[in-house]
Amino acid sequence: MSWYNEFPHMPIDDLRALKKGIDAGFKGFTREYGETIELIFEPVKQFMILAEDFMLDTPWPIILLLISGLVWLGSRNWKIVLGTVITLLLIGFFDMWEDTMKTVAMTFVATLLAIVIGIPIGILMSRSTLVERLVTPILDVMQTMPAFVYLIPVVMLLGIGKVPGLISVIIYAIPPIIRLTNLGIRLVDKDVLEAGDAFGASYWQRLRQIQMPLALPTIMAGINQTIMMALSMVVVASMIGVQGLGQPVLKAIANQYFTLGIFNGLAIVGIAIIFDRASQAYGKRLQKHSEVVHG
Amino acid sequence: MASQSIEIKNLYKIFGPHGERYVDMVANGMTKTELNEKHSHVLGLQDINIHMPAGQIQVVMGLSGSGKSTLIRHINRLIDPTAGEVLYDGVDVCKMKKGALRQFRRHKTAMVFQKFALLPHRTVMENTVFGLEIQGVPAGECERRATRWLDRVGLTGFEDNYPNQLSGGMQQRVGLARALTNDADILLMDEAFSALDPLIRMDMQTVLLDIQKELQKTIVFITHDLDEALRLGDRIAILRDGAVVQQGTGQEIVLNPADEYISSFVKEVNRGRVVKVKTIMTPVASDAGSELISVNENVLLEKAAKTMTDSNQQNALVVDASGNTVGQLDIHDVIAAMVTPVEHEGAEEEASAEAA
Repeated sequence: MSWYNEFPHMPIDDLRALKKGIDAGFKGFTREYGETIELIFEPVKQFMILAEDFMLDTPWPIILLLISGLVWLGSRNWKIVLGTVITLLLIGFFDMWEDTMKTVAMTFVATLLAIVIGIPIGILMSRSTLVERLVTPILDVMQTMPAFVYLIPVVMLLGIGKVPGLISVIIYAIPPIIRLTNLGIRLVDKDVLEAGDAFGASYWQRLRQIQMPLALPTIMAGINQTIMMALSMVVVASMIGVQGLGQPVLKAIANQYFTLGIFNGLAIVGIAIIFDRASQAYGKRLQKHSEVVHG
Repeated sequence: MASQSIEIKNLYKIFGPHGERYVDMVANGMTKTELNEKHSHVLGLQDINIHMPAGQIQVVMGLSGSGKSTLIRHINRLIDPTAGEVLYDGVDVCKMKKGALRQFRRHKTAMVFQKFALLPHRTVMENTVFGLEIQGVPAGECERRATRWLDRVGLTGFEDNYPNQLSGGMQQRVGLARALTNDADILLMDEAFSALDPLIRMDMQTVLLDIQKELQKTIVFITHDLDEALRLGDRIAILRDGAVVQQGTGQEIVLNPADEYISSFVKEVNRGRVVKVKTIMTPVASDAGSELISVNENVLLEKAAKTMTDSNQQNALVVDASGNTVGQLDIHDVIAAMVTPVEHEGAEEEASAEAA
């Protein structure tokens, strides 16, 4: 009755051989193509370095002005701008300016790449139900697989540093923008699309002049989610050498430095709130046409 | 180029994965219910043959589910037919290739929708130029042409409003301006005024009739409202269960309804506003004096009765467009023709007796 009490599993030796085989295979692949892949990601790395250098080399008052200015452009709301300035001043005052700038640079690049990659995938998904059926389970895996697990192959391939960190952040943060682009386009009013067809709109005209503008509020919600998830991934990514606010948190965990942890944690929360409020206010402003409803 | 007529020939639409298999069965008399129960396909249209005259308003009337919206969507092929032809200027729209169809939609047709289907993120002006923008007309030219039509439908001063800020009637004026700005030969109006209040609907009908006097486009107008059909339609086709039950002028349909179904439709109609004088005139009597007033042969009874009573005349002469006398009119005949036939009232009494 041993099969009844204990689940009959694969013989231990076979299992070990299987795992070893896969590992060896992947290691071989790494040795073979690791450098090529690294080369492919070289432009991304340069871009990443550029963004980080810009944030670090520019004197802090200018960065402060720049961020507040962007927040103003996005939200047109003095309260949000004021909150932004106070948060940034506090971060600077508690000596977290440099780490924060690194994190902001990382989040910015990750979000930008997520948008550039995610929106076309979302558009393809909305066009074809087959693509939707293929991509959805991949997104499910990306969202539920513990982030630590896919850090392993990324590190094996690319080692420790900015690029593998960036890739893992993007893997973690890209699903919402893909899903919400798809959803937004699928939710566009069929009557309006029919009007587009009736006037002879081509595929691109339909996409550019009807579907994208009408899906934009939903897509903006996706971008907002992507930013939030990218920020929350920063701590995990610090395990593979991503610099920024995640590293002190990691150090605090290892050494039980409560205050260090909470300060840096709060700094992440602070910039998360700034990004969130600014991008949401911007998304809302995009919908100003639907605000005034004829009574 | 002037507008041409639209010729719909033996058009069938059967919804479902294998519609084409059942066309012959339907042609041989299978009913909608049978088709649905035995083969789970839905009969949309069967054997439609309509000649839609050039430069006139063709109304297609029917209740919901009669297939009228399906029919109008075959003219610009938003729906593909299962069998049959839609000919415009000798070309079968149903056989057009993708690119040709797109050009046809851009330059030959414009459509007005029941639910307006305006782009909510665009202003009135931006909505109005939509068709031209799709055609690739330069922006300045677009606005120049749109301004003219916005003015014509009474929307001057609202160019920068968003559709959401306008009432239903005004939104549909935008829809109409958008279609007219396209300057297409064919204007397709799918229950364009059905969502509007009765007063605004009358108003829009007047706008449409005024514009049509000037433009003489081939207009296909879908409605479920007989009064609207009679007011607008140069010709009317009545659909039921996807088939044409009767077609002709409004007067023909009101005076000679083809079956019970149509009689029940037309019984409430004000005949004085449908029937023309020439229908009931009698040959000129030899003693008809030249002192009698004259009315045009195409004047409606209601108007003739008013003209005659205003000038206190029992009789009037009927003249054609060039002024020749073609008949004469007796006020008694006019009134008799305006009231609803007696048998009909009898039927109504019976019905109320049954109900009691």
